[in-house]
Amino acid sequence: MDDLGVPPGTLHAAFVRSSHAHAELLSVDCTEALAMGGVAGCLTGTDVTAMARPFVVGVKQPMAHWALAVDRVRYVGEPIAVVCATDRYRAEDAAAKVQARYRPLPVFMESHAALAATADWLHPEVASNLVSDRRFRYGDPETAFADAPHRIEIDITYPRNSVTPIECGGVVAAYQPGDDSYDILSNFQGPFAIQPVMALALNVPGNRLRLRTPPESGGSFGTKHSLFPAMVALALAARHCGRPVKWIEDRLEHLTAATAATGRTTRLAAAVGADGVISALDYDQIEDCGAYLRAPEPATVYRMHGNMTGAYAIPNLSIRNRIVLTNKTPSGLVRGFGGPQVYFALERLTRRIADRLGLSHWDVIRRNLVAADAFPYRTASGGVLDSGDYAAVMDLAKPHFDDLLARRERAREAGRRYGVGCAAIVEPSISNMGYITTVLTHREREKAGPKGGAVASASVTVDPLGGVTVQVASVPQGQGHRTVLAQTVADVLGLDPDDIRVAVELDTRRDAWSVASGNYSSRFAGAVAGTAHLAATRLRRRLAVVAAEHFRCEPDAITFADGKVHSGSSPPLPFRRVAATSHWAEGTRPQGAEPVIRETAFWSPESLRAPNALDEINSSAAHGFVFDLCGVEIDPMTGRVRVDHYVTAHDAGVLLHPGMADGQVRGGFANGLGAALFEQFVYAPDGAFLSGTFADYVVPTAAETPDITILHHETPSPVTPLGAKGIGEGNCMSTPVTIANAVADALGADDVTLPLTPPRVLALIGEPEPASPVTAAAPAALRLPGRDYALDGRGTVEIAASPEAVWARILDPDQLAGLIPGCEALARTDAHSYHGRVRFGVGMVSGRFDVTMTVHDLDPPHRIRMHGRAEGALGSGQGDGVLSLLPTADGGTRLSYRYGVDLSGRIAAVGGRLLGGAARALIGRFFDAFDGPVVRRRDWVSRVIGLLPGRRA
Amino acid sequence: MKPAPFDYVAVDTAEEAVATLAETGPDARLLAGGQSLIAILNSRVAEPAVLVDISRSPELAYIEQVDGMVEIGAATTQAALEHWPALATALPLLAEALPHIGHVQTRSRGTVCGSIAHADPAAELPLCLALLNGRVRLRGMRGVRVVEGRAFQTGMLTTACAADEMIESVSFPVARPGQRFAFREMAFRHGDFAIVAVAAMADADAITLAVGGATDRPAVHVFPRAQLGEALADSLNRLAWDLDCADDAHVPAEYRRHLIRALGADAVQAVMP
Repeated sequence: MDDLGVPPGTLHAAFVRSSHAHAELLSVDCTEALAMGGVAGCLTGTDVTAMARPFVVGVKQPMAHWALAVDRVRYVGEPIAVVCATDRYRAEDAAAKVQARYRPLPVFMESHAALAATADWLHPEVASNLVSDRRFRYGDPETAFADAPHRIEIDITYPRNSVTPIECGGVVAAYQPGDDSYDILSNFQGPFAIQPVMALALNVPGNRLRLRTPPESGGSFGTKHSLFPAMVALALAARHCGRPVKWIEDRLEHLTAATAATGRTTRLAAAVGADGVISALDYDQIEDCGAYLRAPEPATVYRMHGNMTGAYAIPNLSIRNRIVLTNKTPSGLVRGFGGPQVYFALERLTRRIADRLGLSHWDVIRRNLVAADAFPYRTASGGVLDSGDYAAVMDLAKPHFDDLLARRERAREAGRRYGVGCAAIVEPSISNMGYITTVLTHREREKAGPKGGAVASASVTVDPLGGVTVQVASVPQGQGHRTVLAQTVADVLGLDPDDIRVAVELDTRRDAWSVASGNYSSRFAGAVAGTAHLAATRLRRRLAVVAAEHFRCEPDAITFADGKVHSGSSPPLPFRRVAATSHWAEGTRPQGAEPVIRETAFWSPESLRAPNALDEINSSAAHGFVFDLCGVEIDPMTGRVRVDHYVTAHDAGVLLHPGMADGQVRGGFANGLGAALFEQFVYAPDGAFLSGTFADYVVPTAAETPDITILHHETPSPVTPLGAKGIGEGNCMSTPVTIANAVADALGADDVTLPLTPPRVLALIGEPEPASPVTAAAPAALRLPGRDYALDGRGTVEIAASPEAVWARILDPDQLAGLIPGCEALARTDAHSYHGRVRFGVGMVSGRFDVTMTVHDLDPPHRIRMHGRAEGALGSGQGDGVLSLLPTADGGTRLSYRYGVDLSGRIAAVGGRLLGGAARALIGRFFDAFDGPVVRRRDWVSRVIGLLPGRRA
Repeated sequence: MKPAPFDYVAVDTAEEAVATLAETGPDARLLAGGQSLIAILNSRVAEPAVLVDISRSPELAYIEQVDGMVEIGAATTQAALEHWPALATALPLLAEALPHIGHVQTRSRGTVCGSIAHADPAAELPLCLALLNGRVRLRGMRGVRVVEGRAFQTGMLTTACAADEMIESVSFPVARPGQRFAFREMAFRHGDFAIVAVAAMADADAITLAVGGATDRPAVHVFPRAQLGEALADSLNRLAWDLDCADDAHVPAEYRRHLIRALGADAVQAVMP
């Protein structure tokens, strides 16, 4: 994207982003930025409210989400301004000079805390952080639970993570004042249902927002749908500056502020017979969608609605879905979309059922499967599992299962920790655009009009030399759509795939597209390639009519092969001559036939209807099946999980290109492995984002990703034109829980939480830590006001000066300035307040901050509390410290201190690993600066409370 | 992720480098391999006014074995040391530690002295320098001084090198006959900064263990022979607690203590005669 040319005069944009997770945005001052060389303009929330409208929201709640923050920021990384300059360097220089003033508000980082809030909600107009609460009931779950001999439950939390593309987002936006229209080039991935969302926000008719996509995009995995608020902000910036504006998302921006899969807390209960057969499921799902409900959310939780019973024939079902907002980056599309969260609960539960009832997990899965003769199978919640033979897929994997059990036996005999896990899932593909409306009540849906379908489009065109070009509305991100489409169309027309040109870049002003266009929900093989096949087949039929005129035969007698058009034993015609006929030789066209130059097909599965009055919804057109097996071994020294052997068996219908299908499986597996063992977006309790680099957000590389065994069984889908189903997301859904089941098996653990990082696995092994041999004097019991801080430390220091002398130094601004490391200016603003400028730094890392400090609870010369706040380009911070002074026998002072510090913004996002040590170092320098020599200093405790893998905050 | 503006000066010699540092004041930084510095600049958490590039200086890129020491010049890459033919015999500890540093790509640019100058608490080379107690030769306008390896790093990202000085070379003592070495590291992925790394060295009368990643600088502990054997577990536990590890955003302190005990025991075991 960054390599593409741009119109002359194009400006480059940099976003100014909030370093606060939740705060009133008091002012945004661009004066200094605008005065810098090369800066052409600066757009703020105020400008946005003047030119645009808030984004439409998927639930009926009075929430306003603007393209730039207005009056309030709700997550770290939320854009508050766009600075446009002649190049990106100058834009970033100027962005650092934009001054924002905040008034911090309480933050809500966990779903349950957000639900319990009684004030300071993210969106005060809603007067709650709960923005949707819907209950669903199918069959008779109450009776099924009452009648079942066992009720078996599981509670799970699924972490926020993502699948990170190698190329981040990019946008080039322009505004045409002549007709009040916008033109945006972006590697946005769709769904193009977002195009009307953007047009409404920009306050223009849909035909005055032209979206274009580049021919290549370096991965997306769902995440590039989240570009749309930036696309709108940049379109407005282009209008504001009167010139096109380009922006390339950088890695820090992508990790911090692009998107995340939803975090989910689920309680799932099953009504189970003694034989392990499940008669009912009861889901209670609490979905953490972050700070805004950004379209198409809350789709993550509804994407699976038609297949919440997984691969199983379970007739009774109840579901409660609660959508909660927290001070985190808004959630959105991430490969697997909703599947990992559901199947982690369901397949941990089937495993628990096996454990509780003394059955094998294999048998529990097997006994509950939808039978081969039951397809098409209508699920309790209205999904239609179109085809399959699930037991046959398990049979395919059985020799591997037996092998893994033998490996486990051998390893355990040798005293090693080895476990085997499995999971069975249904992989939905080709999303019904109407499933999202399941969040509304039937009455609300009736008012809004029914929504459903998934229209794919494809055009096949012949040029005057008989060349064939295929265009689809799919915007691939490296999956190889061109290869498959060339092959598909070449097969229909009897041509060589090399002869076909495939255009996958999309232009909403010229090309055929629909709201369902784009690259998501594994819709390529089933929908897009199938629609290209339909278009090519129609074109062939019409070319046959043209050829039949030449051969003087019936069109049915015409065949296309080897680049030629044949009719019986007559000498064949070159394909190009027949194909070019309508360009050159219109006189030869048969009576009544139209010119044959382009054929455009639109296709939508018949089975995708709007949700009905009973809230039944077929959320996806095709449903594949995945059965995974895995053997893991745990290293007892480090807690590291080694995947010994992984087997994944798929039924994705007809495989259009087996090599690419396997590529999708391998990629999905790597993503699933990351979710299982490595990846999590970590936030501090104050909302600081701590995973802003690939050193902090740990993604498995090729070295961490083992080879896998892939098995296929092909049951054609009766729904899609070519019998193909999606295969791109299955392993994102199946692999995390399969590995979790294996780790639980290895450790005999009942509860496991992802990601299973080495510290967390070691804690699950549960060997008690040897006690400290040092019995140190207890540190002074100093209490800080309020809550947990991200960094928390305490210590004592002995100073060779009297408490009175130490006290005087601390309260005198001139002397205090000498104590604060890097203090450049400090003045008393009233009796108990100071204001100054401090350059905080450790090693070469440093930045200037505006600091305000207040002192409280003065008890001279015994005790004092200090509170400070700092704002700077590196981020923001606040902290409290309590100091207690005691005279020592030799006339000195024993000073005990405790501090709590929160740091947020850029410095926390990129420096999380070193923050605690840096705070320690700065506090140490404060005391080192006392005149009297520091006799002895000791930091007793220094801790960082993140929402740590390995512990709960 | 673009750096703030800076001036760039490429120099050919150490003398030129320190003259430029003296001229420009404390806001200048040396650029060698750039594997930490450039990332720091791009994330704008440091904004030096001048970068003094020594990486193109041929006279600073050398490895020499003299008087029982291996001296490594300021511009020598980690890859050059890794592929130095005498490494396994002269510096067996470094031969074991170097593959843990980042990746092939980063080692081909990153320098030995640069890593030591950057002084990340979890980095491998400062750990080796502390264990082997090598020497750091600092050059400034006032001349040259030599700092002992164990005294060089003074805290997190801070060292004995003054703002107007540069590391001209680092020297490691050549392994003596009978000495044994081991290096153990735990990171989430190979090539990441260590959560904890340990390096062990066995001499005739003691085993010395250096621990990285646990505190603000490498911690060196000597176990007399008497503390080995059955008492080792207790000694390592005491060391683990004494180091007063902190939690970070990704790893709790107790996991670091566990690694000090587990990797420490493994490394000590490996060097026991």
